[in-house]
Amino acid sequence: MTDSAGGPELTKGGDVAPEDTPVGEPLVVLEHVNKYFGELHVLKDIDLTINRGEVVVVIGPSGGGKSTLCRSINRLEPIDGGTILVDGAKLPEEGKQLARLRADVGMVFQSFNLFAHKTILQNVTLGPIKVRKVAKAEAEKQAMELLERVGIAAQAEKFPAQLSGGQQQRAAIARALAMKPKVMLFDEPTSALDPEMVKEVLDVMTGLAADGMTMIVVTHEMGFARRAAQKVVFMADGQIVEESTPDEFFTNARTERARDFLSKILSH
Amino acid sequence: MNWDVLFDFSPFGKESSEVLQAFWATVRLSVMTGVLSLVFGTVLVAMRVSPTPVLRRAGTVYVNIFRNTPLTLILVFTSLGLHDTLGISVSSGISANAYWLAVFGFTAYTSAFVCEALRAGINTVPIGQAEAARAIGLPFAQSLRLVILPQAFRASIAPLGSTLIAMIKNSTVVSVAGYIESAGQMKQMFDDYGATLPIFLGFAAAFMVLTLPAGLLTSYLAKRLAVVR
Ligand SMILES: Nc1ncnc2c1ncn2[C@@H]1O[C@H](COP(=O)(O)OP(=O)(O)OP(=O)(O)O)[C@@H](O)[C@H]1O
Ligand SMILES: [Mg+2]
Repeated sequence: MTDSAGGPELTKGGDVAPEDTPVGEPLVVLEHVNKYFGELHVLKDIDLTINRGEVVVVIGPSGGGKSTLCRSINRLEPIDGGTILVDGAKLPEEGKQLARLRADVGMVFQSFNLFAHKTILQNVTLGPIKVRKVAKAEAEKQAMELLERVGIAAQAEKFPAQLSGGQQQRAAIARALAMKPKVMLFDEPTSALDPEMVKEVLDVMTGLAADGMTMIVVTHEMGFARRAAQKVVFMADGQIVEESTPDEFFTNARTERARDFLSKILSH
Repeated sequence: MNWDVLFDFSPFGKESSEVLQAFWATVRLSVMTGVLSLVFGTVLVAMRVSPTPVLRRAGTVYVNIFRNTPLTLILVFTSLGLHDTLGISVSSGISANAYWLAVFGFTAYTSAFVCEALRAGINTVPIGQAEAARAIGLPFAQSLRLVILPQAFRASIAPLGSTLIAMIKNSTVVSVAGYIESAGQMKQMFDDYGATLPIFLGFAAAFMVLTLPAGLLTSYLAKRLAVVR
């Protein structure tokens, strides 16, 4: 396994996030966001602001609404109330325009979801060619650079099923990055991986964070949170229970709920 | 009992050009119907999985009507209803007209089955594939065309093969629409020479020449093109 995907490689490329909102200004703003699945109130009046260049880790018990939060930010799930702004623009209802805006929000899934019938290179170039209308040769050149950066350039011509989980997830990150998104969402990107592959993916993500990418990461990887995140959001029962710095959260959580949760994940 | 008749292949010699013509008529009808049904069946399945409720409803209604109506009724309707009553005519030549009306009714019927075979294929594509396609900004139509359908087609090859074989055999029904193909010719020869075994076997073999390779080819392709997950 080549682990050329570490930080130093990644910090070279300064073109990860397009310059619109200045660093430190609000990039993703959720106001009074409510979401129901039938009777179930899954997101309860969520207010959350993520600034440009910020890395936010979302943590909390199963069923707390973390995935739903991520998915509603790029409208894979429609919301029932409130507003979500990405770089000042409100996401429209389903349609062509939404599709285009959605490309500004990169998404990395727990189960990778690489297109099974396409090679790794085709996976990465599909969006740029079809959505961003980049010429094929140019898209391939950029894709190869991205694959180089996540350390799997040698796998470009293979199909997803031929790669290890860690390699697939790094390819999925490259696919999302190829759209030059303003913000990247990660929904438990390492929890489907064998332990020995977790590091290679977290290294790529740490590198991205160091590059100044705005990231929202659902993860229970405390090492990553402490190393890369500026903010930890603790979610339970559809609410944001606590919002603080990683150090503060892991050593000195304010709420009983968070301390209880931490004691459970720390005990094994 | 006249055992000679059992081995009398002479009617084929006497009517070879008619037999070949009838066989060709079957091939022509099956190929055209196959191609058109694949196209229209894809349109139908796109409607059935589309985010627009009206389209979904229309697709479902269509499939339920045509899948549950006997082919004979549909063909009698296209030939008598469309042609004789409404005076719809697609070609000046009588036999060309019969051909296109048969293709029309036969495609209307077969498309419903193609649609369902493809829909079963779509169901084998994990939901995450569609979500990933949407997440990189592909609109619905492109997600379907570039990500979902290519995988669904590969998963549908075997059921599409069965649909194809059923379609070729069903083509024998179109004689009710006045289009003479192999079954019509066989009937004609039974009338002229008596219903003999060689005539039956000859025509049965002719259909197997079409259906067996269709089955072998599709099961080969189904294995060959399967999407590995
Ligand atoms: N498509 C859906 N339909 C109905 N209920 C859903 C759906 N998706 C999620 N839920 C419910 O919404 C609640 C929040 O789910 P969500 O997946 O957002 O939680 P989570 O915090 O990501 O949990 P986990 O840590 O297990 O991934 C859960 O009770 C879940 O059962
Ligand atoms: Mg989740």
